[in-house]
Amino acid sequence: MSSNLTESTLTLPDAIPKRVKRVGRPRWAIIGEQALELLIRISGISAIVFVLAIFFFVFKEALPVLYSHNFSIKEFLFSTQWYPTSVSNVRYGTFALLVGSVTVTLLSMAIAVPFGLGAAIYISEFCGPRQKETLKIIIELLAAIPSVVWGFIGLTVISKLITTITGTAVGVNLLNGSIILALMSVPIIVSIGEDALKAVPDSFREAGMAMGTTRWQLILRVLLPAAKNGLLAAVLLGVGRAVGETMAVLMATGHSVKIPHGVFDSVRTLTANIAAELGEAAAGSPHYRVLFLTGILLFVITFIVNLTADFVIRGIKRK
Amino acid sequence: MEQMQTAVTRFTKTPFVKKKEFNQQVARWSFFTMAILMIIPLMAIIGYLVYHAAPSLNLDFLLDVPKRGMREGGIWSALIGTIYLVFISLAVAAPIGILAAIYLNEYAKDNWFNRIINLAVINLAGVPSIVHALFGLGAFVYAAQLGYSVLSASLTLAIMTLPVIIASTREALSSVPVSFREACWNVGATRWQTIRAVVLPNSISGILTGVILQVSRAAGETAPIMFTGAVFYKAVKRGDFFPYELTDQCMALSMHLYTVTTQVPNIKESVSYATAVVLLGVVLLVNASAISLRVWMRNRKKW
Amino acid sequence: MQARFRYVCGCVTERNGNRVERKDVTITVKDLYLSYNAKEVIHGISFEIYRNEIFSIIGPAQSGKTSLLRCLNRTIEFTSGTSVRGTVMVDGQNVRTMKNVFDLRRKIGMVAPLPVGLPISIYDNVAFAPRCSGLTNKSDLDGIVEKCLRQAALWDEVKDRLHSLGTAISGGQQQRLTIARALSHQPDILCLDEFSIAIDPVTTMRIEDVLIELKNEMTIILVTNLTHQAKRLGSRTMFLYNGNLIELDTNEVIFSEKPGKIETYDYINGLFG
Repeated sequence: MSSNLTESTLTLPDAIPKRVKRVGRPRWAIIGEQALELLIRISGISAIVFVLAIFFFVFKEALPVLYSHNFSIKEFLFSTQWYPTSVSNVRYGTFALLVGSVTVTLLSMAIAVPFGLGAAIYISEFCGPRQKETLKIIIELLAAIPSVVWGFIGLTVISKLITTITGTAVGVNLLNGSIILALMSVPIIVSIGEDALKAVPDSFREAGMAMGTTRWQLILRVLLPAAKNGLLAAVLLGVGRAVGETMAVLMATGHSVKIPHGVFDSVRTLTANIAAELGEAAAGSPHYRVLFLTGILLFVITFIVNLTADFVIRGIKRK
Repeated sequence: MEQMQTAVTRFTKTPFVKKKEFNQQVARWSFFTMAILMIIPLMAIIGYLVYHAAPSLNLDFLLDVPKRGMREGGIWSALIGTIYLVFISLAVAAPIGILAAIYLNEYAKDNWFNRIINLAVINLAGVPSIVHALFGLGAFVYAAQLGYSVLSASLTLAIMTLPVIIASTREALSSVPVSFREACWNVGATRWQTIRAVVLPNSISGILTGVILQVSRAAGETAPIMFTGAVFYKAVKRGDFFPYELTDQCMALSMHLYTVTTQVPNIKESVSYATAVVLLGVVLLVNASAISLRVWMRNRKKW
Repeated sequence: MQARFRYVCGCVTERNGNRVERKDVTITVKDLYLSYNAKEVIHGISFEIYRNEIFSIIGPAQSGKTSLLRCLNRTIEFTSGTSVRGTVMVDGQNVRTMKNVFDLRRKIGMVAPLPVGLPISIYDNVAFAPRCSGLTNKSDLDGIVEKCLRQAALWDEVKDRLHSLGTAISGGQQQRLTIARALSHQPDILCLDEFSIAIDPVTTMRIEDVLIELKNEMTIILVTNLTHQAKRLGSRTMFLYNGNLIELDTNEVIFSEKPGKIETYDYINGLFG
């Protein structure tokens, strides 16, 4: 029986040679491939080169001011006096700017985190596949809106809303900037948060369901504890985005360098300060160098935030 | 009969179950509201912008250059400037980004060095745009002596958008099953032959999506180009496709929006609204095309 | 025929009954240890495989059969966290210090347990390996494709649609495509890792016949869960259990009523594993 079947497969037509002589690959192909792989490796390390280059060049521009006699790092970090263009007494204290950045970020997170996580839970746990797809696309589009357009929205729409609803005189203030930043960081919180919830194994859900819990109890008791690291990372990345945002806060928070006393006060953030003053500062002047130093400060802050978020995320993966 | 009675009572809802279900509904609707609360106002805002922009939105607005201190005329010079910046930055960022992603996904072993590269990519994505601007100013404008130019601005944009391309290319590459690669390695194919024959053809649409996303990101950025090459105003002829040299300064759409809203007093309202709508439209259109490409490619997946 | 007996130094004499046979060794494994993330899975095994024999490896799951094969062509390196100790010699060359691993892999054909049709056309699937090693001649490629597909008992089914996708055919056909691909670079050694789990019995029989035919051209290493397949095809069989070599002998001994170790008898007769 088996010999009948194999007849057709084993007798090869005469035209087919038993064995074809092996030819090596042409020399140019091997050399070309090696060149290409070298290029790939070089590109691979480019990310490190760029990060170091960013730090190096920004630091290089900032360095001379650290040695100048009327500059102290203590004043730079802890003084609220920011008078870079004063004729008699130049002072570079960034504390008010730092507080501005922190308050805007905190307030925006207070708005964005509940909405972002709520939306992430809704998308991951409650909606059907079609609705999920639609919502995710909308959120992706939301993330794509350029920051200058957000700034414009803050300047025109939100500012008008704030003045008409609350009756304050100036619409561009801490609240305005925070709303804009919240809208900007919600997409990243939603997408990372949804990833975190998706990473919880379905067996957890099934086990919970088998015990007769409702979805709400399941979320509260099982999913949130299981995904808490991922959700934390989502929030941290949102913070990173909010701290580093420039154009939107430049346009929407107003322009006074002071520690805010309420949500309707104008503030200025570290980023907005650089954007607003770099154009006026003469290249090589102490003012210009201090702005670069502010850049280093920002670089370090976002570096720490992003690194923490990464460690939190990788902690989950290892588990 | 009595048995049936108990069976029925066993499956009627107790007050406790009813309370549970009520909570479930409350939770469902409140989360739904949270999701919807982000979307409805946004639609309203976009509608509001378009409504206010309508008087100025026409073809002439796109093709004309700004006139009378940017209070009238169109946005051609800014539009063409953005196109320049986007494509030059793309020409730099796309090859480096794609090759870097290939390295990270296909070549890199899991050791400390490559973990540092990964961290660098993550950090590069997190560096604030204004710090990129400072870097561009220090490195390209002064150190490399390119001056305030299209080239400096494009290079700054390229480095800024590099992580976008790396991340999406990596995602596309890693969606190709490992078993395909192993099958190739088993027959003696080198890494590059494997990538060429199997990995790239199956991830090309994903890579393309990443490139398109880079375009949208680069088109919308303002801060990095503000101090490296983009200016408030530059005289350009109407409808001129090649108005800028690589060493010239240029106008850009995002920068133009910033200019007309904050630097130009007494501007006709609809002009600034229309600029915002055009910028928003360009970016959303580019993104929508990336999304439709992704959906289309998922539908014709080969395995 | 001359080339086949080139490695005289690798010859061993084996006492089989009263007759002394000269055997030509093609693969030598000596004190092979393998660990995944510090967990040792192969505990120092040594054996030799002779030219032009069908060598079967049997053993329950997790006993290190697949890992052993992956050590032979060094694809084990693609799994992160593995470390290998010991020597593996193929045709007199030390695999572990070899520079050109790609040539090594071309010398060894490998069939993975799960079918993988590459998402390129069926023709390209089979022609992929020859092309990778520099063959561009169209008629040679056509010849190789037809020969390999015939050997893998797939030719009659796909000859009219050679240009449809390799992923568009059924699982069993993909498995045979995998075998055709493993034959396409004209290997000296063919490793089959449980090739029959996705194929129906009749096709399995056809391929087994091909294997017996191919034995004249190459050495065949057969990893299998089906002890009867090992008995039917092989000349010698190795029994692995938990990364230890329990017994290695000719089929007459292994599948007899009295193999060297009691575990072997128990495993073959289904008493454990």
